[in-house]
Amino acid sequence: MLNFRKLACPETIEEAWKLNQVRTNCVLGGTGWLKMGDRPWNTAIDLSRLGLDTIEETEEEFRIGAMVTLRQLEQHKGLNAYTERAVYDSVKHIVGTQFRNCATVGGTFWSRFGFSDVLTCFLVLDASVVLAHAGTVPLAEFASGTYPNEILTHVVVKKTALQVVYDSFRNSDTDLPVVTVAVARTEEGYRAAVGARPARAELVTAETEAELKKHVQGLIYGSNTRASGEYRAALADTLTGRCLGRLEGDEQK
Amino acid sequence: MILELTLNGKKVSAEVPEDMVLLDFCRSQGCHSVKRGCETSNCGLCTVWLDETPVLSCNVPAFRAAGRRVTTLEGLRKEAEEFGGYLADEGGEQCGFCNPGFIMNVLALERELSADASDEEILAFLSGNLCRCTGYVSQLRAIRRWMKRGESE
Repeated sequence: MLNFRKLACPETIEEAWKLNQVRTNCVLGGTGWLKMGDRPWNTAIDLSRLGLDTIEETEEEFRIGAMVTLRQLEQHKGLNAYTERAVYDSVKHIVGTQFRNCATVGGTFWSRFGFSDVLTCFLVLDASVVLAHAGTVPLAEFASGTYPNEILTHVVVKKTALQVVYDSFRNSDTDLPVVTVAVARTEEGYRAAVGARPARAELVTAETEAELKKHVQGLIYGSNTRASGEYRAALADTLTGRCLGRLEGDEQK
Repeated sequence: MILELTLNGKKVSAEVPEDMVLLDFCRSQGCHSVKRGCETSNCGLCTVWLDETPVLSCNVPAFRAAGRRVTTLEGLRKEAEEFGGYLADEGGEQCGFCNPGFIMNVLALERELSADASDEEILAFLSGNLCRCTGYVSQLRAIRRWMKRGESE
């Protein structure tokens, strides 16, 4: 349940950042995960008044505000045209329409959930996050790092030349994924991100398909109630193969 | 804090705890169609509209509804009764527990999808509404008939 004593609705990002320097305060995203805990917070910081709820598209990039919902990502024509619906594919299984109308980009990326479909997909794009004080940080660096008391304001996706596909495996539809895979083909070669291992999604790169599959198998796969590490590794190999096949227009690969 | 919003077309002002969720606010205002189901944001039972957008009211802090329009099943009674008739005709209304949230999301679906929407699109839109009685087949039949009601009746 949500449990906080005071509510703060800052008017500037700097004000929000200052409020967030107190360890007993928290930033509110979509609150879907926050409410699952019972930790009492002193002040909840709401970013709703900071104008972070839009996706701005220019010729060079997409600039996605922290308060943009997953449903907005799902429905954004420009972003899904650029990624050939990979972004849509990465959010469509997340619970349901009503949930995706609540869950935010900021909450999703900041938390770097081990089960995150979205983080997996964006890792293979030329994406970065904008933090209030640390500035722009490449997403792969952010995903593996710690940035205490920061405020994530935007996710930026550069429109570079690449093709991307996304796939995931679930025990049942709308459940958390057993494993998630995104593969991109760039001018330099291939990138793959594998998430729900069940650790945070991780990025690997390679010049050839065979090398990419080898790197994917080199990642660490763990076990939990959804699947064993061995099963996850086998699934990741299969999904990577399918993604590579889709990049070449061959679904069966 | 004082929360002011429009609930089912009526201006409402009430003093509420700052960490209250919209579900509890709606129930405190007598909208008992809004039910607490799973508490894990999975079942869709607590669905309300926030400015015409379906959301999980168990997931929305009430203060975020300030100055906005909140609609519950009580505010859509006529439409809900009409669709409920189709649901009953197709045997899609069994224990009835999931109905309030389900109907709210079907009415939102009708505003967003065309009458020619595929079964896949309909099921995708409604994937956040869990029903443990029907297996969704009868509900899907009811939705199909209801969305095409202008053509056949």
